[in-house]
Amino acid sequence: MVHITKRKEMSTQQALVIRLGAIVAALVVCGIITALLTGLNPVSVYLTMINGAFGSQRKIWILLQETAILLCVSLALTPAFRMKFWNLGGEGQVLIGGLTAAAVMLILGSRLPNPVVILLEIVAAVGAGAAWALLPAIFKAKWNTNETLFTLMMNYVATQLVAYYVILWEVPKGSGKIGIINQSTEIGWLPQIGSYKYLLNILIVALLTAGMYAYLKYSKHGYEISVVGESTNTARYVGINVSRVIIRTLLLSGAICGLAGLLLVAGTDHTITTTIAGGRGFTGVMVAWLAKFNPAVMVASSFLLEFMGRGAGEISTIYGLNHSFGDILTGIILFFIIGSEFFITYKFHFSKKEEGERNV
Amino acid sequence: MFDLVAFIPRAVAQSIPLLYGSTGEIITEKSGNLNLGIPGVMYVGGICGVIGSFLYESSLADPSHINPFLGVAIPVLCCLLGSLLMGLLYCFLTVNLRANQNVTGLAMTTFGVGFGNFFGGSLIKLTGAAVPTISLGNTSKLFRATLPFASSMGAFGKMFLSFGFLAYLAIIIAFVAAYVLNNTRVGLQLRAVGEDPATADAAGINITRYKYVATCLGCMIAGLGGLYYVMDYANGVWSNDAFGDRGWLAIALVIFTIWRPNVAVPASILFGGLYILYLFIPTGKNLAVKELYKMLPYVVTIVVLVISSLRNKRENQPPESLGLPYFREER
Repeated sequence: MVHITKRKEMSTQQALVIRLGAIVAALVVCGIITALLTGLNPVSVYLTMINGAFGSQRKIWILLQETAILLCVSLALTPAFRMKFWNLGGEGQVLIGGLTAAAVMLILGSRLPNPVVILLEIVAAVGAGAAWALLPAIFKAKWNTNETLFTLMMNYVATQLVAYYVILWEVPKGSGKIGIINQSTEIGWLPQIGSYKYLLNILIVALLTAGMYAYLKYSKHGYEISVVGESTNTARYVGINVSRVIIRTLLLSGAICGLAGLLLVAGTDHTITTTIAGGRGFTGVMVAWLAKFNPAVMVASSFLLEFMGRGAGEISTIYGLNHSFGDILTGIILFFIIGSEFFITYKFHFSKKEEGERNV
Repeated sequence: MFDLVAFIPRAVAQSIPLLYGSTGEIITEKSGNLNLGIPGVMYVGGICGVIGSFLYESSLADPSHINPFLGVAIPVLCCLLGSLLMGLLYCFLTVNLRANQNVTGLAMTTFGVGFGNFFGGSLIKLTGAAVPTISLGNTSKLFRATLPFASSMGAFGKMFLSFGFLAYLAIIIAFVAAYVLNNTRVGLQLRAVGEDPATADAAGINITRYKYVATCLGCMIAGLGGLYYVMDYANGVWSNDAFGDRGWLAIALVIFTIWRPNVAVPASILFGGLYILYLFIPTGKNLAVKELYKMLPYVVTIVVLVISSLRNKRENQPPESLGLPYFREER
């Protein structure tokens, strides 16, 4: 007879071993699948992937930048998740943040001095992201409207809104895209540190990570979030205003998503498209969950997923395969890690039936 | 003038993938599993059908003399098999390993969409076939076959009889699902599992079996939606990302219909209509407004979601234990 019970608590070390084991197993499976499809031997598969991610200075910068943006979105979602509020609307909140940043750059770029434009676009992007998350939060807090589905739908409303403005602002007319905003004046572009295009974004997200860690772990707000996440009844009993915590936390969540949109539009891309969020609103959910909502661990999990994506991209480029190969590998890794959680939470008891009865 | 005779068939054609997806997801959700992997499953269903029929057509000396039975059966079976495997994976992770359903579902969507686009984009290279694009015109003809007298029946024929067999199958499945859910013992037990698995367990219902069967069946139905899209709607031409966000729209439809497959039949046609309304609204040179019209299905869903939570009627709520894993020893 196999009998399953919940573990009391597993040591961090043991849990880490299980998770690493799952990642290694997943990498082996990924290697075998890649080898079957490309005819490479598995070792050179991994070497190609590492080369794709770290092969040159430029590749390393891009990897770091991509990790930073993904981490930023994941950090944004984390406080909501700890409260068991499933904010699947990161995609839309990033888009709206980016859209307002682009709007400020386009409309005010020629009328106001650069520092004012930058200040305004920061306020606008962060505010718009927060507002986009506020709507589902209010309905959740007041009428318990299902937030998973509400935030999910808000993504597509945001996508269409961006599509609308892209056509409205397109340059040249009929091209279906905006192109680089303020290319000659560079007004509204976030400043570049030295010759490093991505350094500012990376530094901002590093600060944000530390801030979020402290906020969740040491602040009163962070504590309230955990209590609401554990049980809304307990929270009410100890006198926490649950509606207020939900709305406040979602404002924060949306604001950081808006910031991610700002970093993408004003920091690196200097344009806006409907795909600028690139599915990070969803990948971010998995990054946050893999790290058990711990901002420090999320650095590692977002790095792992971006590494896989970039590595798989290299393989597909070299072998003329489709770029979605990376999504398949990411999916496999996720399945393994998701599955491995079971062995951290539960344990098996193998025993013969009679023995079990005698012990009772 | 609004051209209703042209509008209805296009709205219906748009609605069928949504109807398959939402019927599948309703059955799944009734067992308490919130499967956000449906968009991925629909991609997998579509591409598996494409792979099956691509290999079959390539193996023939003259693809225009395709065996009608095999030409339909091979893609349908491949599609069902692919979707079934996705369903089994979801069940294994969420039921046996009690993983978080949202995360598992999203991972399945990432995987499924990637799987579809990867094989869609690389199938020709991988099989070494000597064709420029995946175009399964001969198979598509079989899927698009209509009743011989349909075209001679004017507007009526165009509005109601101009669809391939998968369209009618979708409507039949939706009504059968509604009947089974509401009028049979199996349906009652399934709903019990979704509402309160602990009570259902105490009543002797096998929770694991119900969750498995409902979720796998749901995935297979949803997968057919992907197959319909490629083989019928897109004339057998696979293009990456063409299926778009229809999977999420199908999930929206589940909420819109308040978990009723029979309501999903007209509602999906409404959604299909909203999806293509922009093509029929005269906007002159203002192309941008068309993008705002595409927002309609999602806005309507949000409104329904809000209204149903405001009214707070018990029969209009999601299954009570939706999204929660069930572990007997934690009761």
